[in-house]
Amino acid sequence: MSWLVGTLAIWLAAWALNARVAASGWVRTKAGRAFVPVLFGATILVVWEGLVRGLEVQPVILPAPSAIAAKIVTSLPILWTDFAQTVLKGALPGFVIGCGAAVATAIAIDRSPFLQRGLLPIGNFVAALPIVGLAPILVMWFGFDWQSKAAVVVVMVFFPVLVNMVAGLQASERMQADLMATWGASYWQTLWKLRLPAAMPFLFNGLKIASTLALIGAIVAEFFGSPIYGMGFRISTEVGRLGLDMVWAEIAVAALAGSALYGAITLIERWVTFWHPSQRH
Amino acid sequence: MLPIMTVLAGIVVLWYFAAVRMNATWVYDQAERAGVTVTLAEVIAQTMAQDRPLLPPPHQVAAELWEGIAGQAVTSKRSLVYHAYVTFKGTLMGFALGIFIGVALAMSIVRFRVMEMSVMPWAIISQTIPIVALAPMILVVSNQVGISDRDVPKAIIAAYLSFFPVLVSMVKGLRSPDQMQLDLLRTYGAGEWATFLKLRLPASMPYFFASLKVAIAASLIGTIVGELPTGAIEGLGARMLIGSQFGEPLIMWSALFAAAILAGMLIVGVGFVERLARKRMGVPA
Repeated sequence: MSWLVGTLAIWLAAWALNARVAASGWVRTKAGRAFVPVLFGATILVVWEGLVRGLEVQPVILPAPSAIAAKIVTSLPILWTDFAQTVLKGALPGFVIGCGAAVATAIAIDRSPFLQRGLLPIGNFVAALPIVGLAPILVMWFGFDWQSKAAVVVVMVFFPVLVNMVAGLQASERMQADLMATWGASYWQTLWKLRLPAAMPFLFNGLKIASTLALIGAIVAEFFGSPIYGMGFRISTEVGRLGLDMVWAEIAVAALAGSALYGAITLIERWVTFWHPSQRH
Repeated sequence: MLPIMTVLAGIVVLWYFAAVRMNATWVYDQAERAGVTVTLAEVIAQTMAQDRPLLPPPHQVAAELWEGIAGQAVTSKRSLVYHAYVTFKGTLMGFALGIFIGVALAMSIVRFRVMEMSVMPWAIISQTIPIVALAPMILVVSNQVGISDRDVPKAIIAAYLSFFPVLVSMVKGLRSPDQMQLDLLRTYGAGEWATFLKLRLPASMPYFFASLKVAIAASLIGTIVGELPTGAIEGLGARMLIGSQFGEPLIMWSALFAAAILAGMLIVGVGFVERLARKRMGVPA
């Protein structure tokens, strides 16, 4: 009972503090803007811990954050092997190949409006399809190891990036293209100096979507067959053994990896498209 | 239309070509084992009609798809219509739940500044977490808690993927009225609730419908992912899993195309509802 009351008190106090901070002038500083969401996240962890202890929830239903943290610390080597197999060998190469192929295709069909009018609707449609369904087929083709995982990722990220890149290459304005023409710029010069930079905000939108899809693809593909390590393999086997603390540990790693990939892309975007209005505060 | 048809025809040609190449290995192996030599024409003919082809050619997939849709009673376990209906049900439940969560969060975010600052960053982070990592656990836990209905965990996963586009668009939409319009309503003495109902909500509708198309596609992906890793027996995702486990590529491919058709129908359906709503609200289409 005391756990529940304490949890409730901490929750209310944190909420009141957050509301005051959000209304105060401190929030206009950088530290203030970071403080509110961090306190919110920390409060959720505390409430979670308190509820699990207070209500005596079974660890097979929901382990407490402290138990998950302990599991992470004791099984670092396993987590690292799984991470290396799924993210470093499966998701990242697939992400690079798929996005590279999509950008190359977009540039290749750039000179043919006919192909673009044909490919764009199809690409848009395919981007909305549940491509994860291809995972079992690709596992059958490429075997159980990381190659099939990378292949799934390639197919999953290709279409969103292609559609965004084609739209991006059409983003430069008529007037800008005319200006390049008056300078006697060739097709490739115009592409390199005007249209590729103008396409970057669109490309990065596509890359951000692709970064989440890449991890989803790599993990789902492992449900259909994998070596005896990898995050998807570990999750499905530990769920079967009701080792939920290990599952949550893998989820924490997946969340960190996903956020890190997304954050890295955002940083590169800020550096590449510093001129774009959305980057100028 | 012509460009789309050309590209589609190109894809079909490439597909046939790839099917011949990939399936030929098996034909050559068989011939070698039987001690006969086969001509190229024979090889091509044999790659077109294998029972377990590495890559089934389009006409085999189409035949299997037709057999699954029209060749069975719709209540049969072998009918793709039945499995598509199960997936469709899960998708709609997740979609509805996702819309509800998205709209409710957007309303409180627009109303309370502290909500925006606390929740918005975490909503973004939630989408960078691969949901499939959570999927098997959501299933097992809802089983332990005593929810035996398989639709509930699927709907949770679908809602997790579909609430985000709705949330982002609704926040934008509810904030889209400009200061002049807000001031006008204040001169009318309109309270916060009246402003919300008569200005903010109608103004957000175009944003809302734009997000629905993204959300329904995300919801379908979530439902299929929810059916994949768990030994589910019904639904298109389960069909894919069964095809994979029993080594029946034709089942996998027909389920995949059934999912594509379902996705197309859902998107068209949302577009139809959108057009109805726009007409009803007097927006020129």
